[in-house]
Amino acid sequence: MLLLSFVFLIVRVLPGDPVLLHFEKAASPETIESMRVRLGLDKPLLNQYFDYFLGLLHGDLGKSMQDFSPVGQQIFSAFPATLELAIFSMIIAAGLGIVLGIRSSKSYNSFQDHAIRMFGTVMYAIPIFFLGMLFQMVFGVGLHWFPTGGRIYPGMDPDGLSLGNIQFSTGLYTVDSLLEGDLLKFAQSLRYLFLPSLTLGLVLCGVFIRMTRSNMLEILRLDFVTAAKARGLKERTVLYSYAFRNAFLPVLTMMGLQFAVLLGGAILTETTFSWPGLGRYLVDRINFRDYTAIQGDIVFFGLLVALVSLVVDILYAYLDPRIRL
Amino acid sequence: MTEIDQTIYKRLTPSLKSLTQRGLAGWMVIAGCIIVLSIVIMTILSPWITPYDPSALNVGPLRTPPSMQFPLGTNHLGQDMLSRILSGGGNMLLVALLSVTICLLIGVPIGLVASYIGGAVDKILSLIMDSIYAFPGLVLAIVIAAMLGRGVVNMALSIAVVYVPSYFRIVRSHVLTIKELPYTQAARAIGAKGYTIVLSYILPNLIPSIVSVATINFADAILTAAGLTFVGLGLEKDIPDWGWDLTDGRMLLPSGAWWVITFPGIMIVLLALGFTLIGEGLSDLLNPRLDH
Repeated sequence: MLLLSFVFLIVRVLPGDPVLLHFEKAASPETIESMRVRLGLDKPLLNQYFDYFLGLLHGDLGKSMQDFSPVGQQIFSAFPATLELAIFSMIIAAGLGIVLGIRSSKSYNSFQDHAIRMFGTVMYAIPIFFLGMLFQMVFGVGLHWFPTGGRIYPGMDPDGLSLGNIQFSTGLYTVDSLLEGDLLKFAQSLRYLFLPSLTLGLVLCGVFIRMTRSNMLEILRLDFVTAAKARGLKERTVLYSYAFRNAFLPVLTMMGLQFAVLLGGAILTETTFSWPGLGRYLVDRINFRDYTAIQGDIVFFGLLVALVSLVVDILYAYLDPRIRL
Repeated sequence: MTEIDQTIYKRLTPSLKSLTQRGLAGWMVIAGCIIVLSIVIMTILSPWITPYDPSALNVGPLRTPPSMQFPLGTNHLGQDMLSRILSGGGNMLLVALLSVTICLLIGVPIGLVASYIGGAVDKILSLIMDSIYAFPGLVLAIVIAAMLGRGVVNMALSIAVVYVPSYFRIVRSHVLTIKELPYTQAARAIGAKGYTIVLSYILPNLIPSIVSVATINFADAILTAAGLTFVGLGLEKDIPDWGWDLTDGRMLLPSGAWWVITFPGIMIVLLALGFTLIGEGLSDLLNPRLDH
């Protein structure tokens, strides 16, 4: 809400007129003026603000200043692509980060520990789009193993579940193709998804390595771990079922926090891999100074982050009964 | 100098010998400093050491792979990549330096004031900072940069907005603890003024954490600057810049011209890595919690 007002102000007050950009200087003053009226840009700033805010309460994000279609619709059609990318990269980042973090803590201060920490640090320092381009270069252009952009072959988009007249699709190509029962499409959408999510996942995994490692180090020192070892349990069981269970909660919090970083990274990943999601939508619209679209996108990002942190809080209470009271 | 000050300064100015004795963390700081210093020196000396004018077009054939004459090849405009690599770090360093300075100048004082005064001021400022902190940083930076327009200062500002909350939070959490410590209470009891307590009793204890946050922040600023350039919001193109070289090199990917993106990319990674190593090493040295 606060951020929204801030963004509204910044977007409106600063230079650059969307109407002029729309016509590229070729229009008469009357056409320009009528366009202003049509977009509501002739009203005082305060009125514009309240209009927008009232619309928002009804779930109306306004009309795009570029092509006049409702922004909400555009965002909803771009969202599944971003969601799919986000889910898969989070799985890669958290999975890899947790496994490496546990290994690192197990062999504290050994060569393996140092190597894993260095890997995390280097990953943190790589610009996402550079890693993406390297992957495109090696696995796409060089080896032809994976496609370098897009979500699936043109014309191969999965339709989702269709039962008689009922059409149901999630917009997540991997889920839709399974619903459709087409394994070829499923394999293809995974192939297209692989490089973008690997890129984003690798860059994010450093944080998870560090978080898992430091939490595990704290917990491995506790008495119950020593007790479990003393009872002769396998090291694996001690590490994963005893220690990590207790180290997981802070990691879960981290997943919630990292979600925002992930959305930021998704912008660069989507631009690199021509992935038609929210991030690329934002970058496209910024070039047109499409105020309503930019605002809509940002409002949506904000809601998403808020929603994720709510879900994390609920999960937290579910996993740790002490908090439930 | 009080005893606390002395230990802090000892920690902040560790001798080279003591650094090598502190295990991985010490070596991380040393390696990071070497990387960052070499890049800074290289950039400063670049006007004298580049074999060709980095901005001159067609100094060689277009898109030549690395050879004896052009050790790092040429790009699609026939510019010498080696010269562009040598001189392309200036903008990024400048933007990062500026944005970290802005963050320090805004984040630290606000954090100090908010947490020391407390009450409504603290609540409002915390709310603002938390909402910025929770929001995807790059999205915010992109929007602000797009609206402010091109320029070193504008770019630094849009990056700074994203990272001010990190400083605010770290300062605030430390002040809230230090405020209740006996020595601060004692200072208040003997009648020290508010600003004396904040500046002479609290701030010196914060310096180590602020330094380690600021160094890691350098890396963040560099990566964000590169990201902004990648989505087309970079600085003017007439100055050689690794970010632009990398962005432009993307068009050449299908042709297999690997040298155009690889070298500028590696330079950005090195620079960011240098700062990350220093920052992580320092924070390990300053919080020896896990050492034993």
